[in-house]
Amino acid sequence: MHTGVRTVWWSVGLSVLLVAVVLASATIGPVAIDPVTVAKATLNAVAIPVGVSVSVESASAFGASVPVPVPDLSYYYPLSLSVPTTAEIIVRQVRLPRIALAAVVGFSLASAGAVMQGFFRNPMADPSIIGVSSGAAVGAVATIAFPLAIPFGLQTAAFVGALVAAFGVYAIASEGGRTPVATLLLAGVAVQTLLGAAVSYMLLQAGQSLREAVYWLMGQLSGSSWAEVEVTLPLALLAFGVLYAYARDLNVLLLGETDAHTLGIEVERTKRILLAVSSVITAAAVSVAGVIGFVGLIVPHVMRLLVGPDHRILLPTSALAGAAFLVAADTFARAGPAEVPVGIVTAALGAPFFLYLLRNREVHAL
Amino acid sequence: MIEVEDLTVARGGVTVFEGVSLTVDEDEFVALVGPNGAGKTTLLQAINGVLEPESGTVEIDGRRVIDCSARERGRLVATVPQDTHVGFDFSVEDIVAMGRTPYHTRFGRSDREADDRAVRRALDRTDTARFADRPVDEVSGGERQRVLLARALAQDTPALLLDEPTASLDVNHQVETLSLVSDLGASGKAALAAIHDLDLAARFCDRIVLLADGRVLANGPPAEVLDAPALGAAFDADAAVTTHPTTGTPSVTALGERRDRDLTVHVVGTGRTAARVIARLHDAGATVTAGPLPEGDLAAETARARDLETVTAPAFGSLGPAVRDRVSTLRDAATALVAADPPAADGIAAVLDARLPVVTVDGARPADSGSADRTAPNRPEQMIRVASPADVLEAVVTVAPERELPADD
Repeated sequence: MHTGVRTVWWSVGLSVLLVAVVLASATIGPVAIDPVTVAKATLNAVAIPVGVSVSVESASAFGASVPVPVPDLSYYYPLSLSVPTTAEIIVRQVRLPRIALAAVVGFSLASAGAVMQGFFRNPMADPSIIGVSSGAAVGAVATIAFPLAIPFGLQTAAFVGALVAAFGVYAIASEGGRTPVATLLLAGVAVQTLLGAAVSYMLLQAGQSLREAVYWLMGQLSGSSWAEVEVTLPLALLAFGVLYAYARDLNVLLLGETDAHTLGIEVERTKRILLAVSSVITAAAVSVAGVIGFVGLIVPHVMRLLVGPDHRILLPTSALAGAAFLVAADTFARAGPAEVPVGIVTAALGAPFFLYLLRNREVHAL
Repeated sequence: MIEVEDLTVARGGVTVFEGVSLTVDEDEFVALVGPNGAGKTTLLQAINGVLEPESGTVEIDGRRVIDCSARERGRLVATVPQDTHVGFDFSVEDIVAMGRTPYHTRFGRSDREADDRAVRRALDRTDTARFADRPVDEVSGGERQRVLLARALAQDTPALLLDEPTASLDVNHQVETLSLVSDLGASGKAALAAIHDLDLAARFCDRIVLLADGRVLANGPPAEVLDAPALGAAFDADAAVTTHPTTGTPSVTALGERRDRDLTVHVVGTGRTAARVIARLHDAGATVTAGPLPEGDLAAETARARDLETVTAPAFGSLGPAVRDRVSTLRDAATALVAADPPAADGIAAVLDARLPVVTVDGARPADSGSADRTAPNRPEQMIRVASPADVLEAVVTVAPERELPADD
């Protein structure tokens, strides 16, 4: 089918772009490593999960010890090309985890952004429009500012905060089984403002840890580990799969809820699923990377201009383009003499580009 | 096919209509007419399941709509919405293909051939195939309306609902669209359309359902439903129903909304001019009395049809004392007198010589002819002469300013 063929070609093209950006990014860093070695080391890092073993570890929460099942993946590495050990370690343990995490976060934010813009039929919608980022910020800043009061790790706190905020907004906006989109939008704005106040207050009280908190709020990927990729990647892929399964429904929802209803869509149920899954995927991204703006806003916009509004092609291309964009932006963030939070780079690149689109009347409506 | 039984629907806690029952058989094209706010759209949305009724049932093809899943509903009833704005640059074909949504399963393979066939057929039938590749936002409003009709046809449902399908169309496309829908009836669909234009409804629909004041006021063949009293009651306006000279179907002319005025006018006159003066003043909400009017004259017929207090006299005769008395009583109760080509009868001068502001309407003569003035009351500041019955209201209000009635609604 027409759309199917176009989707495949665009996806293949953007995947090639993503790989190219990943390799280029892995070549850049304080230690000069030649591209061939980088490529070899990267290929060596390609892993195929072959088995899962579950071990039970005890985690402490609220002072009590709770047994938590932890899945352990075992991997098969199909390639072992000969690469100098130092280069291999730098590429595999320092650069690649960060690049991979950037790709996963960009992938997640852009696909959630595409879904939210379609869902709200609003070009200014982004993944955190229903308070996900603000909720994550409250969780994260609370952990940073008052490390003793919060019994979870930073990422868990951010993730939980994000979901609580999103669910709160949803619950406030729902009445009698219906969730009007306009109410949701306004409730989201109000809750974001409220949580923003909470974050500001905690920053004032943060003292020594102020700098760390601010860094988190600006969005940063330094110190990323494979462990974070292992958690977020499956979640992102799974969530993306669900969203993609609803691509047609999203198209029909663009016609308005009444029309969607008469075309056989369970409107409220579909909205709930789309909101929940987008919130989870955004929460996962924000909790490992902090608040990275504009990826979820700009990337789906640009892709919509390029491939059109059909979510069957818009969703996968936005996700891949988001991954490539964030890897590139993070490379800029760490390539300079002093590292800057990647959120600054995405905003600095994204906002002018968005204004350019606005001035050219490309972005007048969805 | 579509069976609505004792349906009551409320919106925001306010009952829109109550106890509405109607059926639309297959092969039938039924028009739903009624004033704005009568609940036409609400009724359509209760039938297609967008709104849940307070009580009553809707069955389509023997199945209760409320018990169906959204997908099943999408295969039972298709709706052409009133608002045709799409706002995304989907192609026309994409939009029509969305009509196949109720036939898709999320993960399983859909019958692509059936989809393509249905979409192709819908595009052809609505004459939209020629711009199938264009973005839907770049086609005209009329074309977009047909695209949405095509989308509904692609749904391949036994029942079709249309909400003001001709509202954004030019005359030509209105006729085309409605004849297409009426042809669909012949292919076994039951079609129910909210239609604003009563003439079009009468011309293309098998039946008309008149919805007003929260209930069905009339339901039957166009000629039966479109009679003046029912329409007048429903639309709160005077309507004239005639037979259209070329199509032979009933044609409705709205004569305007009646507003009660604190204005009592007595009309003396003959023929077409007086008839139009009476109609004009009465439509505008004035209390009109008339006399003497020649028996059998058009003016007398008009006054009688409107149930006005009227005094008639034999044409060309002189006015007897009884007639003159009754005329004087009516005239003295009026705030203005209109002489519209007054009859040439003995004693008419006495009737016209009243202590009232007078408006003279000379249908036969131009206003500035300056010929002999039979009315000749010696109060020129209270006398206006106009040439056309169309101007009579303005003239009357000028010579006899009315007091606005306090609005009572």
